[in-house]
Amino acid sequence: MRAILLVLLLLARPAWAISDPAEALPDPAAEARAVEIGSQLRCLVCQNESIEDSGADLARDLRHIVREHVAKGETDAQITAWMVARYGDFVLLRPKVNWGTALLWASPVLALLVAGGLALGLRRRSPPAAPLSAEEQQRLARLMES
Amino acid sequence: MNRRLLLAAPFGVALLGGGAFYAMLRGLQTGSFDPRGVPSQLIGKPLPEFQLPGFSRADVLAQKRPVIINFFASWCVPCVDEAPTLMALHQRGVPIWGIAYKDKPAATQGFLARHGNPFTNLASDEPGLVAIDWGVTGVPETYLIDAQGIVQWRFVGPLPDAAVDGLSKLVAS
Repeated sequence: MRAILLVLLLLARPAWAISDPAEALPDPAAEARAVEIGSQLRCLVCQNESIEDSGADLARDLRHIVREHVAKGETDAQITAWMVARYGDFVLLRPKVNWGTALLWASPVLALLVAGGLALGLRRRSPPAAPLSAEEQQRLARLMES
Repeated sequence: MNRRLLLAAPFGVALLGGGAFYAMLRGLQTGSFDPRGVPSQLIGKPLPEFQLPGFSRADVLAQKRPVIINFFASWCVPCVDEAPTLMALHQRGVPIWGIAYKDKPAATQGFLARHGNPFTNLASDEPGLVAIDWGVTGVPETYLIDAQGIVQWRFVGPLPDAAVDGLSKLVAS
């Protein structure tokens, strides 16, 4: 009994999308495209999940719409634009590059620049130690002996 | 000079950050800043085409006067809170048109019987697809359409009582 359970547990795969099989498109390539588009779209109800991952009713409806548009042969850009027209840029999990998001996109570079500047500044501040004078050498020798 | 500037810089950064954080918290308190808010894409744009059992876009435009459109559902708890506010608007002569979102007509009727019917016209969006065209993210959600059929305003969540005066001045004839 235990062994069977163990085997079953090992065979179990994580449920990637909540979508039940009835939702999926019959063509695996088209379905893969729909999943890819949907995983870049924010669920407006739960907000930190994509519509592919969310269990919300609205997310299910949006998944269905994405699949309808994929089946019609629309491009990824067309489908994304359809969503943005209704819900705005906020629906995109990867924000667009524009003036409003410039600081966000630039922040890794800015952080690197600040860190680099600090490192350089600190290095320049402390000059390498001068070699010991003859007197200091003697004192050091004395200290080491005692 | 350079030293002083370097010393002042962290304070400057801290002050700026603190100020921005204060403004954000202040905005959260007064409601002017909502990090979860999804701004409506319809503001300033004509009402999208729609045809529902109950009424259509053409019916709204035929009014030639401002109309308030309210998405609601019998299964929606905040809609119960909102019901008295909508009734108050209705009593002031504000035309409110209701769209029942993902709701069975019988359940909608029951809800209106229990909490009062503030709607001049009632439509049913059982599949919830018209709501998606409008960018609705949940119920209740309220839209103000002007006499030319342009969406002027949207409110997410139950309308506050404080909105009654302003809306009746804007909309009531």
